[in-house]
Amino acid sequence: MRILGLAGRRLAASIPTLILILIGVFLLLQFAPGDTVDAMMAQMGGGDAATAKELRKFYELDLSIPVQLGNYLWRLVRLDLGFSSIYGKPVASVILERLPPTILLMTASLSFAFFFGLVFGVIAARGVNRWPDTLISTLGLIFYATPSFWFGLMAIVVFSVYLQWLPPGGFEDIGTVRTGIWRVLDIASHLVLPTLTLGLIFLAIYLRIMRASMLEVLNLDYVRTARAKGLDETRVVTRHVLRNALLPMVTLIGLQAGTMLGGSVVVESVFSLPGLGRLAYESVVQRDLNTLLGIVFVSALLVISVNFVVDLIYARLDPRITAGG
Amino acid sequence: MDLTRLEINRRTALLTSAAIAANVINPMRAFAQETPRKGGVFNVHYAAEQRQLNPSIQASTGVYIIGGKIQENLVDLDANGQPVGVLAESWEASPDGKTVTFKLRQGVTWHDGKPFTSADVEFTAMNMWKKILNYGSTLQLFLTEVETPDAQTAIFKYERPMPLNLLLRALPDLGYVSAKHLYESGDIRQNPTNLSPVGTGPFKFVKYERGQYIIADRNPDYWRPNAPYLDRIVWRVITDRASAAAQMEAGELHYAPFSSLTISDLARLGKDKRFIVSTKGNEGNARTNTLEFNFRRKELSDIKVRRAIAHAINVPFFIDNFLGDFAKLGTGPIPSTSADFYPGANTPQYPYDKAKAAALLDEAGFKAGRGGTRFSLKLLPAPWGEDISLWSTFIQQSLGEIGIPVEIVRNDGGGFLKQVYDEHAFDIATGWHQYRNDPAVSTTVWYRSGQPKGAPWTNQWGWEDKNVDKTIDDAATEVDPAKRKALYAQFVKEVNTELPVWMPIEQIFVTTITAKARNHSNTPRWGSASWHDLWLSA
Repeated sequence: MRILGLAGRRLAASIPTLILILIGVFLLLQFAPGDTVDAMMAQMGGGDAATAKELRKFYELDLSIPVQLGNYLWRLVRLDLGFSSIYGKPVASVILERLPPTILLMTASLSFAFFFGLVFGVIAARGVNRWPDTLISTLGLIFYATPSFWFGLMAIVVFSVYLQWLPPGGFEDIGTVRTGIWRVLDIASHLVLPTLTLGLIFLAIYLRIMRASMLEVLNLDYVRTARAKGLDETRVVTRHVLRNALLPMVTLIGLQAGTMLGGSVVVESVFSLPGLGRLAYESVVQRDLNTLLGIVFVSALLVISVNFVVDLIYARLDPRITAGG
Repeated sequence: MDLTRLEINRRTALLTSAAIAANVINPMRAFAQETPRKGGVFNVHYAAEQRQLNPSIQASTGVYIIGGKIQENLVDLDANGQPVGVLAESWEASPDGKTVTFKLRQGVTWHDGKPFTSADVEFTAMNMWKKILNYGSTLQLFLTEVETPDAQTAIFKYERPMPLNLLLRALPDLGYVSAKHLYESGDIRQNPTNLSPVGTGPFKFVKYERGQYIIADRNPDYWRPNAPYLDRIVWRVITDRASAAAQMEAGELHYAPFSSLTISDLARLGKDKRFIVSTKGNEGNARTNTLEFNFRRKELSDIKVRRAIAHAINVPFFIDNFLGDFAKLGTGPIPSTSADFYPGANTPQYPYDKAKAAALLDEAGFKAGRGGTRFSLKLLPAPWGEDISLWSTFIQQSLGEIGIPVEIVRNDGGGFLKQVYDEHAFDIATGWHQYRNDPAVSTTVWYRSGQPKGAPWTNQWGWEDKNVDKTIDDAATEVDPAKRKALYAQFVKEVNTELPVWMPIEQIFVTTITAKARNHSNTPRWGSASWHDLWLSA
């Protein structure tokens, strides 16, 4: 029951935020010069004024801004995300199409980063200021400082152009139709390079957080007690330190999973993946207000629900934090 | 400089700091005796997705590259740039120029099996070309009706004389036919057929996955015997230019059309034997780089200032060091690739002369003030290409040297068009003028007064010249080809004198294609053509 109460309160608090975000994005896009018809003219390479006028009417851009905003919010109340002007179909179905690649890529790279960040963070903390720590920290810094598009392009050059081990881009092979397990393997092989590219940046963050958090917990009194009891170091680390050191990692993954729907424009562009990041970017350039607001709306919903789940995990990891507190 | 063949020379090599390479051998000659091979999949780089794929309602290379294989035009251009019939077999104009009769090809069917008739032509012309198609609505402004006495005859009636040459030069781009039976009910723009096009062409639409790929398969019932050769065309959506180059190298792509790769990748792949990098096959897609002046700024309304600005910029230096052999010195709004209308370089030109520029500015009363500054300008570059970005920085530096500090304001596509052509919130702007084989189609709107505010790529400079207007109007309805050519020569002379827009660089798109391709780049608008004769060697 307490959980339901918490959920209710969270939800009630997030609705005004959501509305403010949507109005904010709507108004911000009004400040950008040009509208979707200008963007369309740019794409067509020309058009006369009569056509432009007719198109503005077609996209309901001849209405005043408050009326457009009012219309949008009213549609939203009825759970209608509207019509995408670049895709010519409902925004909800456009976003749904783009969800699977985005979620696959983000889950894969976050899991990769979380797992290896944890392992390397622990190794670095245990050998602090000795060579494993120096090596891992340096590598982490390099991964963090390198732009992901460069990593991506170099990965393509090495693994696709020279070695020809992995496909250079796309979500799946178009040439042959695959089903079942073969399709899964095909998609997986397409996702290896993008996952590594995106994951390496997250990895750098996770391992640094894990290292710092481990070092902090290792100095706490109860760890000294555990050692004094005569437990060996491995037991101390796995049983006593790790669980408490994980809290900041969970916070971080909560924050990042929230932004995961935003996708990664850079990695999606380099590997030509049909993800939400590219869709959002395209909607801004094409001034497709409905699609952009739709993505913001769906992302906001996800942030709210992920944060809720993170709160529950906190309580599980550390009983001192109660869900109601 | 020969624009039809790419030579990697020292300049390009310097540009990419790479080694000097030998000339690219033209493979067309070497393989002329091969027997065409059937089959194969041709993978095409698709850089920017459009909102729809029907070339009857949108004239742009992004649509032709796909729609042009599925739907067909009445007329196309042959290897020598002359009109050749596709869906039309022959044509004839009345002496007064007000009637043009097309005899249509018999036995052609749409991909859904229905016959192609003059009713389709009539419907497309009146409802799409005249009402929706960009450039088409201008071209067909005085089209009153299309008569269809029988299924194989379409008679175009015009209120004012329509030069046959103009129509035939324009129809390859603006003459794609759509099926009446699929479009006659409902809003044409919203018709789902626009995203799953049905045509008479050599390839049948199969599937479009937004953000990923488009597939079209061989049309077994195509009207040309033994065509097409390819089994399938796949257009792959790749927005990152560097990735597209890597995919060419990995063999995932066969063709990157319309300069879709970066200048440095073009130079690099040009040295690779697996690829042909060339401007050949794009002669019909020439463009010029512009410098557009806003006459609402009082300094710029002075002709001496505009000329001074032109004299202050060293165009040959810019081309040599930044664009290499992909560009050449322009001489005005009609590029040298336009055999029918190019007036030669014997019109007012503005060679680099810094001293003269300074003298002209002094004479105009804009003497250098404190710190050498005369006045400052805001420059808006269009976001279409790398060359525009480089060119705008070069303008900034050149004008800085004669005491005109320039602030560059960058926008995305929609923002650029809005600010320049609607709000007029610029002092100088730079972008591309795309020449479409006849000045009346693409070029004169840049100079003719009375353009409605907000129409992109038109005269929005706040400049009006009665003589130029008259020349433009006379040429648009002049039926005699020789007289028309003379009128356009006069037009170039007049606008190069007044200089409301300066067009000092001309460029042709660059094609990157696998060396296995045969019968490629064999017409002046090959990227947009139907590819019925294209094949891949083993």
